[in-house]
Amino acid sequence: MKIIVLMKQVANKDAVLRVSGDEKWIDESNISQQTNESDGYALEEALRMKEAKGEGEVIVCTLGAQTAKTVIKDALARGADRAIHVVADNVNQLSPYQIAKAIADSIREENADLVFTGLQSDDASYGQTGVILAELLGIPHATIVIEVDRASLTDSSLRIKRELESGWYQWFKYNLPALLTIQSGISQIRYASLKGIMAAKKKEIRDVTPSIENFAGAQKIEKVYLPLKLKQTQMLGNGDAKAGAVELVEKLKTEVRVI
Amino acid sequence: MILVFIEHKDCVLNKVSLEAITAAQNIAKDLGLKVSAVLPCDKECELAQTIAQYNLEKVIVVKNDKLAKYTPDGYADAWTEIIKKENPQYVVMSHSYQVRDFAPKVAARLGKEVVGDCIRYKADGGKLVLTRRIFLGKLDADVTVGGDAPYFVTFQSGAFRGDNAEKGSASVETVDVNVGEIRMEVEEPFQEAKASVDLTKSEIIVAVGRGIKSQENIAIAQGLADILGADLAASRPICDSEWLPIDRQIGSSGQTVAPKVYIALGISGAIQHIVGMKNATTIVAINKDSEAPIFDIADYGIVGDLFEAVPVLVEEIKKAKG
Repeated sequence: MKIIVLMKQVANKDAVLRVSGDEKWIDESNISQQTNESDGYALEEALRMKEAKGEGEVIVCTLGAQTAKTVIKDALARGADRAIHVVADNVNQLSPYQIAKAIADSIREENADLVFTGLQSDDASYGQTGVILAELLGIPHATIVIEVDRASLTDSSLRIKRELESGWYQWFKYNLPALLTIQSGISQIRYASLKGIMAAKKKEIRDVTPSIENFAGAQKIEKVYLPLKLKQTQMLGNGDAKAGAVELVEKLKTEVRVI
Repeated sequence: MILVFIEHKDCVLNKVSLEAITAAQNIAKDLGLKVSAVLPCDKECELAQTIAQYNLEKVIVVKNDKLAKYTPDGYADAWTEIIKKENPQYVVMSHSYQVRDFAPKVAARLGKEVVGDCIRYKADGGKLVLTRRIFLGKLDADVTVGGDAPYFVTFQSGAFRGDNAEKGSASVETVDVNVGEIRMEVEEPFQEAKASVDLTKSEIIVAVGRGIKSQENIAIAQGLADILGADLAASRPICDSEWLPIDRQIGSSGQTVAPKVYIALGISGAIQHIVGMKNATTIVAINKDSEAPIFDIADYGIVGDLFEAVPVLVEEIKKAKG
């Protein structure tokens, strides 16, 4: 059984973001990067699938600049078997279709049984790379998968649970091969062990340079800016949390009237 | 022509579709277009009559036996055919979990993309400039789409008001469509362990996010909730870590609430959380990061350490209550 996991490098969740000079993206210099959160869960689920089956191969695939090797090395240290790095600079200027097309061209010949991705990236948040990829590969997909019934796996099908809205869920049985986009929190993510980190050094990372085609229907970011404030926020305490708390209680008493 | 998607389960409307109707009607006015609704079903759907009471050109029931239950394959085939037939300029949908599942597939099949999860638009020279939230709500991006129609746009829940959808009268027509192989089998949707806590009735909610740092610290928030007579709630990461049960979760995958007061402790305010609580009458945010998106919707904000602020809050409330 062969599972490909798509993982993306994104700006760290806690990074302070500055809009870039051309106002088309963020200024990425001096921004710490991390693996996209839900992609980490996608990898974990793939590793658990392989372990449950007792055989198989987990291949991590990243589209990004050379800096994204950090994401790959971390995934290999956690237990992925090998990696495909689709090398592309300025990923932020690519539209979801272009990204999906470049990945499809790079992984098609692997003929994987399963492709896992996180449900969306925490930077551009298009949330459609996986779905487009499945269409381009000609395989079915399920988004927002919150549980995989590993025991149900056969050569031709797998049962999975999708999250619907407002606390509703639904089980589906999928023909394989299939692509699943994985929801954060599906399981507890393992850390890389020292042994894993050592073993990762010997694992294959294959660089692929895709020909990224123009795409007429691409969406284009024209301008990035701080969100317009919807409300007039009264900031209390002027940076002093304790003073702010005292002021807040006064507001709750006199303006909001809940005390 | 604009096509707007009517989402339903067993002919019961998902009300976010009314928001999509409002959005489509607004865009239609700005661009001089007409709106028709598309409703996939396996029969002469009774819901079509309800939708026909809105100001629309027509309600198209897209019919095939395989459309009795939602599947991405079935909906993608049905939508592809109706788009080719109707040749719309725009396809407008609410950014629901179901739409996220099938809309990009339809668009890709037609050589297009979806501009997804938009919060507003403006019409500029006959085309739309759409605004999306990026970086977990920290920044906004104005986006345009290239190429030829149709253009696919989905709007975030709450971006438009469903009760603003204009009433009128539309004709209803049924179009039989072809649906190919369905590569997935569906089971019945279900609700997991029916929420024992109904936060939708709460007057005051104290909610905790990642900033609470550990399960032990939940007690600090509980202390504040107790003295205010409030219910305790949380953002998704807290429930994922099982520090609080899932029936305390607020947001798109949890409960949607509108209490009198919502106190967000250490919650940055990712979109998925905000859609669940932005209709609270008064929002209080305490967060160390002055740029946290939660402050954009807060009425009162304290930039600082919640572990300093909350004990003082509790003491002061005690005093105030005498």
